Amino acid sequence: MDHLLEIQNLEVKFRLRSGEVTAINDVSFFLDQGERVGLVGESGAGKSVTGFAIIKLISKPGFISGGKVLFEGRDIAGLSIEEVRNIRGNRISMIFQDPMMTLNPVLSIGTQMTETILAHKNVSKAEAQAIALDKLKKVHIPSPEKRLDQYPHEFSGGMRQRIVIAIALLTDPAVIIADEPTTALDVTIQAEIMDLLSELCESEKMALILITHDLGVVSQVTDRIIVMYAGRIVEQGLTRDVVSNPRHPYTKGLIAALPESQQRGKALSQIPGTMPSLTDMPQGCSFHPRCELVMPICKEKVPELIELDNKNALVACHALAKGGAS
Amino acid sequence: MNTQAKPLLKLEDVYKEFDVTGGFWEQFRWENGRPVRKKAIVKAVNGVTFDIYQGETFSVVGESGCGKSTLARTVTGLLQPECGKIFYDGDRIDDLSYSQKTPYKKRMQMVFQDPYASLNPRFTVRKTLEEPLFFHYPELTREQRLDRIAEVMEQVGVHPAWAERFPHEFSGGQRQRISIARALMVDPEFIVADEPVSALDVSVQAQILNLFMEAQEKRGLTYMFITHDLSVVAHISTRVAVMYLGSLCELSPGGEIFNNPRHPYTKALLSAIPRLGEKKAKHIRLKGEVTSPLHLPSGCVFHKRCTYAKEICTQEIPTPFTAGDNAAVACHGVEQGWVG
Amino acid sequence: MKKYWRRFKNSFFWFSFRRDPVAIASFSILVILAILSFSAPWIAPHDVYESSSIDIMNSELPPAWMEEGSSDYMLGTDIQGRDMLSAMLYGMRLSILIGLGAVCLQAVLGVLIGLIAGYVGGKVDSFLMRVADVQLSFSTLMVAIIISAIFQLAFGLAKYEDLAVPLLIVIIGLAEWPQYGRTVRASVLGEKKKEYVEAARVIGLPRWWIMFRHILPNTLSPVLVISTVQVANAIMSEAALSFLGLGMPVTKPSLGSLINSGFEYIFSGSWWITLFPGVLLVTLVVVINLLGDWVRDVLNPKLYKR
Repeated sequence: MDHLLEIQNLEVKFRLRSGEVTAINDVSFFLDQGERVGLVGESGAGKSVTGFAIIKLISKPGFISGGKVLFEGRDIAGLSIEEVRNIRGNRISMIFQDPMMTLNPVLSIGTQMTETILAHKNVSKAEAQAIALDKLKKVHIPSPEKRLDQYPHEFSGGMRQRIVIAIALLTDPAVIIADEPTTALDVTIQAEIMDLLSELCESEKMALILITHDLGVVSQVTDRIIVMYAGRIVEQGLTRDVVSNPRHPYTKGLIAALPESQQRGKALSQIPGTMPSLTDMPQGCSFHPRCELVMPICKEKVPELIELDNKNALVACHALAKGGAS
Repeated sequence: MNTQAKPLLKLEDVYKEFDVTGGFWEQFRWENGRPVRKKAIVKAVNGVTFDIYQGETFSVVGESGCGKSTLARTVTGLLQPECGKIFYDGDRIDDLSYSQKTPYKKRMQMVFQDPYASLNPRFTVRKTLEEPLFFHYPELTREQRLDRIAEVMEQVGVHPAWAERFPHEFSGGQRQRISIARALMVDPEFIVADEPVSALDVSVQAQILNLFMEAQEKRGLTYMFITHDLSVVAHISTRVAVMYLGSLCELSPGGEIFNNPRHPYTKALLSAIPRLGEKKAKHIRLKGEVTSPLHLPSGCVFHKRCTYAKEICTQEIPTPFTAGDNAAVACHGVEQGWVG
Repeated sequence: MKKYWRRFKNSFFWFSFRRDPVAIASFSILVILAILSFSAPWIAPHDVYESSSIDIMNSELPPAWMEEGSSDYMLGTDIQGRDMLSAMLYGMRLSILIGLGAVCLQAVLGVLIGLIAGYVGGKVDSFLMRVADVQLSFSTLMVAIIISAIFQLAFGLAKYEDLAVPLLIVIIGLAEWPQYGRTVRASVLGEKKKEYVEAARVIGLPRWWIMFRHILPNTLSPVLVISTVQVANAIMSEAALSFLGLGMPVTKPSLGSLINSGFEYIFSGSWWITLFPGVLLVTLVVVINLLGDWVRDVLNPKLYKR
């Protein structure tokens, strides 16, 4: 019960011209102190919406229509905007795919960093500067003193993402939510940023929610994996278990579809079709039109997350619930 | 390399530069007390030489800014190389005019990266697919054209009944299928694919890669695949060329480059791929910061980031030499034996 | 046909129109005004072009509800004894006609030049855009005044009266094409880089075909947006020219020349000759501009989400 962050039955809806659609549905998971969790799914799975909903950053036409986000015992979803601001960017920081979403192009890095500190902490300007410098060192930016006076456009993509991480660290947050932090970067730089993130989580005792579509990245950095499909969690478990022994047909298909899991030159195994759009979700399990193990019940009832071998392994699949497939 | 077969495409020392200075007035800089006229030139492709043989899948890998997309566009004639020669099936094609290239366009097609930008939003699928036939096969009747469209649509896995739909009614994967169909319409023998799956989700990526391989088998196509994703390349390529800042670092057979990478950059690139289930994998760290293609370093373009770099690397540009079976590497260290 | 109607009914365009009271109101007013003006020969109580029906004795009659007013002339008469209401209806017809005509000319010229400048690029582009710059640095009115003064001199006043409508269309059309030229060029430059254009080039389609079949249709939404504003501008330009005495002659009054003809008498108490056409002109221009704002919002790709 004493989790750092606990999400209970979270539901986010969007009001569209054609009516309301549910972007994420019945999402529940938890995060302990210093734990690293990966939120994996393809585009449209609702992983980013979940990330934004945790810090109540859902903008119109979307809104949180149900569920709770308990952070240190308080329900963020029910807090006022003022109170949320105290948590967002302070106790929980967020890193986006595009560093320029965080960075202001017309202010120097130093100004942006000290302003953030002064907004959240009661310190002098000199102290704020010292903190900024310290954090820049932590993210391994060469010659940080010089860099404080530079502007975002003077940095390369990888360096910018490092600065964003440094800004996220300024208030010593308990949780960092990283939304596709390396998708726009080259592999060599992605590897460096990911190394940095895991290093920081360990040294600063931070918890990390890593939102990404890349199973490879997640498997290198995280302790647990949560797989989302069409707005719902379909599988959850320890990273090494999920990667080596995926249970849900979707996770299985996803891993098998990676080129590296096939012999060279052979056809890749593929999941037929595409993820349904929010506006025409199929009845029952949303994966059933693409599933090999589809049974009559799948077309009628939404499967619930059930425990399999241990408390950590949860799967939402009728075929597995009955013990029909493994 | 493979000497029996005749190369389908031959690149000889191709250079491509871009002037990014902007307008006339932006070329002037104040230096040492007087105005100097300076141009900012990006050297996107620097003396690239290779052959592509009939029926193979030739991949070009590299990170952003390495010139791989420029190379693809130079090969298909969208860009004019500054220097060097390009031969297609023995004929020189780089110095032809737009209309002189027409006969080659029937044989050489291209598939693009962004499935959202590569289809004209105002054309239905039928119109998009019909257009190449109008120009390259004017003798066909309307019925014959429609038959052919239906046939190709079937082949790429898009239901022929959807011919009257617009691109925005399709998902990214389906649009990419339509793009491939457009390339296949003229029945080409060679397809250049510029990052064809990098904008797609993993499960869809596999579908499209399978489609490429299927089409190759059925039609005996030759591919030039441009990608930043080594794991995709590993799977489908006959040979792989690795590029860094406009230069070719290594050219090896597909399996070879993964089991036995030779160039220091190839090694770093390989170690950086996030692989399933390898927690805390050891990445090879590169030195320094990303080098800008605006100011190419002297000597080997990679020397500023290379952990093995010695004096000679900063002075002399390495020329590719043949290492092992069918592999060519451009690195002083590998040639002289101080890179393991 | 039915298919297109259904597609229109399902479109975002129709959806946002239905939900915007300002757009509905301005569109309805515009349609009413347009119908009224173009059916002027049938619904106007008097024929203002027929000089035999005009009696100088009826000049400067005030509107019907005033003491000296006559029920024959609802909004009074002007200095020559023409019925104001009829004159305004005929005048508005001319104003709209000239406005639309001028915009068509501007659009054709501007789109063509912008397309060529954007697609061909290089020296051609530089040359055409410098011409546009030079023309934009003169005010529209100044260019129009010069051209119309030259025409009046060259053809003589009598001939000018016959040719006034096409001449004004040409004058205003020539003066404002750079607006279109620049807008189209900018969006051509944006479209040209897109991969579907590259794909068309890889297929080997002729350049003119790529230009007109692929790029042009995709640059038309900004053209539509500025067109509404340009119609309003053209109507204003015409009114301004006529007001200065360089536009429509008194025998064939447009809204501008009506305002002008009454302006001299405004202080002698005949305010209606200026006020009524003035109000009508303002209404017409405001309504078109409001509609233009709405079109801009709808077609703005940044706002076009879901």
